[in-house]
Amino acid sequence: MNKAVERLFNGIVKENPTFVLILGMCPTLAVTTSAMNGVGMGLATTAVLIMSNFMISLLRKVIPDGVRMPAFIVIVASFVTIVQFLMEGFVPSLYESLGIYIPLIVVNCIILGRAEAYASKNDPFSSIFDGIGMGLGFTVGLTSIGIVRELIGAGSVFGFHIMPEVYEPVGIFVLAPGAFFVLAALIAIQNKVKLNMAKKRGESAEGCMDFDCQSCSNHACTGRKLTESKTEEEQA
Amino acid sequence: MKTLLLITIGSALVNNVVLSQFLGLCPFLGVSKNVKTASGMGAAVIFVITISSFFTSLIYQFLLVPLHLDYLNTIVFILVIAALVQFVEMFLKKKSQGLYQSLGVYLPLITTNCAVLGVALTNVQNDYNLLYSTINGFFVAAGFTIAIVIMAGIREKIEYNDISPAFKGMPIVLLTAGLMAMAFIGFSGLI
Repeated sequence: MNKAVERLFNGIVKENPTFVLILGMCPTLAVTTSAMNGVGMGLATTAVLIMSNFMISLLRKVIPDGVRMPAFIVIVASFVTIVQFLMEGFVPSLYESLGIYIPLIVVNCIILGRAEAYASKNDPFSSIFDGIGMGLGFTVGLTSIGIVRELIGAGSVFGFHIMPEVYEPVGIFVLAPGAFFVLAALIAIQNKVKLNMAKKRGESAEGCMDFDCQSCSNHACTGRKLTESKTEEEQA
Repeated sequence: MKTLLLITIGSALVNNVVLSQFLGLCPFLGVSKNVKTASGMGAAVIFVITISSFFTSLIYQFLLVPLHLDYLNTIVFILVIAALVQFVEMFLKKKSQGLYQSLGVYLPLITTNCAVLGVALTNVQNDYNLLYSTINGFFVAAGFTIAIVIMAGIREKIEYNDISPAFKGMPIVLLTAGLMAMAFIGFSGLI
């Protein structure tokens, strides 16, 4: 039971996919126009993550190493399709507003990253909790970005109007540029905190936290690993 | 003809794949440090997205729809794209060394690019036929290239600027992207 709590804590706080690992940026920026969309996208990803982690962990001894990435992709894509249909059937309005980003969960770095880094090496029980933890961490990230954007851009949170009447909503924040601005501010704040911590320890730290394709492929994103596993095949 | 023109301007400028759809952010932020590599990446993306939109559209219309398997499109598309990028890389390596040397390094990075799958899915969503899908693919990728080359040009200049430590690196790039996105909103008057 301890292990389950540890995985949850790890996913939500210690290795939060949005704020610490900076993974899955496409949906993070695209769907967070409102808090509700953030929650919906986060929960959809969580559902896929839990199921794919469980399945991959069950099959971890069956799948040959050389074809593991293609196999993972097929498993993830199947669950994404299932989630897509469930959402279309039960929450059509959310399905409409998330649109193309639901099938794009397949290429979300977090899912294949967790499959590669955790589920393919651990037992099903802790893999499920890893999925729940990471998924909730992602949901928390998306929801908080969504709240900030909806509050500034529309003066409301979860659709409830909370800003005073005199407040003039800054519409740009619910449009595309707002996403970039909010994320820039969030990372800058994080950099500031890190710089201050480094200063306290008496180190001189570089302020920039870079994230690029490397951070993606380090956590085993689709393309890179697929290429590697295929070249391994060729060599064998 | 009118539809074609709308697709062209719409997908390259108005609904720019990076700045308004947020697809393909990874290479946009990662490979935009100088104009030369950025244009290389752009060329590779144009190449791959055009080919993949053609093939995914072909498979969708002549295989999945007749067999009533269109609900499997996500699974099929991602596998087709992964295989296709692999194949293009092998083909270029064997047949065209020059092109392979200029594009080859970027190809493995492209499967990670959600823009490729995104375009394939948009084509299906909009009911584009084979011709429209291919053209749409080409111009979406052209939009990506425009955005990444402009970004690289700006970043080369940012290098010389004095930026507060907390904003160094990613935050300033994201702010720049935000300002570019604002500029691109202006294009929506075109259609």
